[in-house]
Amino acid sequence: MFKYQFDWSVVTSGKYFEWLLSGLYTTIQLSLVAIVFSFLLGLVIAMMRMSNVKPVRWFAHGYLEFFRNTPLLVQIFFWYFGSYKILPTVINDWLNKTNFEFGAAVIALTIYTSAFIAEDIRSGVRSIPKEQLEAARSSGFSYVRSMQYIILPQAVRITIPPLINQFLNLTKNSSLAMTIGVMELTYQARQIESYTFKGFEAFTAATLVYVVLSIIITLMVTYYDKVVLSPMKAR
Amino acid sequence: MQTGFDFTVIWTNITYFFIGRFPHGALGGIALTLYLAVISCILSFIGGLFLGLMGISHNKPVRYLSTVILNIIRGMPLLMVIFWMYFLLPAMVGGNVNESWTVIMALTLFTSAYMSQIVKAGVEGIPRGQTEAALSTGLHPWQAMIYIVLPQGLRNMIPSFVNQFVSMIKDTSLAFIVGVSELTHVATQINNRTIIYPTEIFFFIAVIYFIICYAFTSLSRWLEKRLAWRR
Repeated sequence: MFKYQFDWSVVTSGKYFEWLLSGLYTTIQLSLVAIVFSFLLGLVIAMMRMSNVKPVRWFAHGYLEFFRNTPLLVQIFFWYFGSYKILPTVINDWLNKTNFEFGAAVIALTIYTSAFIAEDIRSGVRSIPKEQLEAARSSGFSYVRSMQYIILPQAVRITIPPLINQFLNLTKNSSLAMTIGVMELTYQARQIESYTFKGFEAFTAATLVYVVLSIIITLMVTYYDKVVLSPMKAR
Repeated sequence: MQTGFDFTVIWTNITYFFIGRFPHGALGGIALTLYLAVISCILSFIGGLFLGLMGISHNKPVRYLSTVILNIIRGMPLLMVIFWMYFLLPAMVGGNVNESWTVIMALTLFTSAYMSQIVKAGVEGIPRGQTEAALSTGLHPWQAMIYIVLPQGLRNMIPSFVNQFVSMIKDTSLAFIVGVSELTHVATQINNRTIIYPTEIFFFIAVIYFIICYAFTSLSRWLEKRLAWRR
């Protein structure tokens, strides 16, 4: 290690720098797509979990427990290698024609994260006093409308910090997509290592990107907590 | 959709799923997954205790140091930590390092950061009066921490520790990437050999992980209720 010749120019310019950039681009792309889908799916599951219809509630409960208690890597492998037996042929054909690695990673990340997001949303909704829903219902709002206009807007404000943490986790978890060949940041860092033996430089660069991203987002959440949430709780 | 699942592939390989090549070869499969999780959990408990106590130290540089370590570790994907260990450990030890230990060290470092938050919250949950009373009876601050605050705090932390153990079991699947033959790796091996049963194989190991993790999640919920009742 101490005889190691550091050569930072490998990762700050030229071909390998472009590899890292394209990896970062894929990481961001993958994360953003999965963030949007997992938020929507999580919202649906959370609503189902709080439904008055028992089978719906049980389904959502089973979904949550199963996907939260299974490793993401196994889920990625399941969708990548095994989905052809359970998905309709139309979707399979479409997935095979497009970038299937990316698609499988999006599906796995979406389903895995949506289970965590649903729980966060549910605890956000539960933190709103029950009387609010009762008041809304008695002034004539339907269940869906009172959720839409009264409960959710407040719950979302409380849920934003844990949600952002989940999105951050998702971004870090997207590194697992390298195992099925999605060329994201970690994949590219490893690729540079095997081409140049400059593992320290490549991994330092990739680590820096992840850490800086995470610190910025954590600071934003702390700020939001202080400026938006604390006054709301004090009220 | 291609229908027809054939789960015989599971039964013909069942011992390989559970213990790998043991006793004729190295331990693998579920047994190795649990082994990795237990060892890393014990080590990261110790690491988390150190980092957590550093975080509530009265010494400013120590506190800052712990914040810096925490933010770096928590900002990294676990996969990155495993790669770092894979590179750094041999260089630091000056020789080959067993892949299992590479993964154990990575999991320990990674989970210590999360454990330290639990330790910190647990210690801060004990009323300040307890420390003050301990100090006024003549105990050294360290003695007050070890004999008075920690034993009470640790009891409240037990459910969170169990949850962390569940995450640990899930995280051991990443050992696959450096070729440790735990459950996920065993499954990919069998999948590569049999080729046409990926759905069955990965569904089966997902269920195995689920059973183990769900058992511990339920244990943690039960403990939480029980401890809340005793307080």
